[in-house]
Amino acid sequence: MRSRIGKTAHYRGEEFITCQEVITFLLEYLSKDLSPEEEQHFERHLAICPSCVAYLKAYRQTVHLGRVALRREVDAKPPELGVELVRAILQARA
Amino acid sequence: MDEDVVAWSATVEHESDERSLLAALRAGDDRAYERLVSEHGGRMLAVARRMLRNDEEAQDALQEAFVLAFRGLPRFEGHSRLSTWLHRIVVNASLMKLRSRRARPEESIEPLLPTFMEDGHSTHAYGEWPEVPDRVLERSEVCGLVRASIDRLPPTYRTVLLLRDIEELDTGEVAEQLGISANAVKIRLHRARQALRELLDPHLRQGGA
Repeated sequence: MRSRIGKTAHYRGEEFITCQEVITFLLEYLSKDLSPEEEQHFERHLAICPSCVAYLKAYRQTVHLGRVALRREVDAKPPELGVELVRAILQARA
Repeated sequence: MDEDVVAWSATVEHESDERSLLAALRAGDDRAYERLVSEHGGRMLAVARRMLRNDEEAQDALQEAFVLAFRGLPRFEGHSRLSTWLHRIVVNASLMKLRSRRARPEESIEPLLPTFMEDGHSTHAYGEWPEVPDRVLERSEVCGLVRASIDRLPPTYRTVLLLRDIEELDTGEVAEQLGISANAVKIRLHRARQALRELLDPHLRQGGA
């Protein structure tokens, strides 16, 4: 990640990646597209930053909520097609 | 009977049923075509509505999808379920409709993205959201809020979010369908999720409004 990360910050004498880097590379982190070294940098930051942990959790929940809400819309009760529409579809076969 | 045996037996029955439906369709049996439309059409229409948010366009996309499916039946080898195959076709037909909409200037997504100070720290502290079990969630107002918030995303981002997170196309497929690079798909997806998180945050944050 060193090649991709632009910013680091010091905390209690140690160097950490910044919130900006964590939030920018969150998709790669969740998709397991980071190198082991990059992942380690992420986890060191998350260990000291409750705000980024909260952001990460809410980001995951956002994806899940989207799936539940939109799938529910389709799975709950499929709409009736109506006679006209069914006829039009079947006529298109000819 | 063991639950696994019941599930396995239902799957075998379904596969056998689907094979006989396919055979009848290939033989040109009119009743098989009616059955295909009545069994799968409603769900396909719901998928088209989900993508297009316009009933007239969704019905057009559905008709176009069935035309493509009827033509494609001889090439369908049955490696996936019919419902999966039809789902992919109606997603593609809906996407064609989305592309044909006259391009309008889009609102910027920037105001919905996180901001940082010069040193890379977030400009504000984020708080956690409560965990809600799915069975509660499905009956709650949150579902409506999430749908409305997805509809507020700029179309460029909404489309990528729908294709990746909801319709479950992979990055390569979305890139190909939209004529953009895989990297652009990842950037749009990440921004769309961030923007959606931001729209939901005031409603879902612990102790929030």
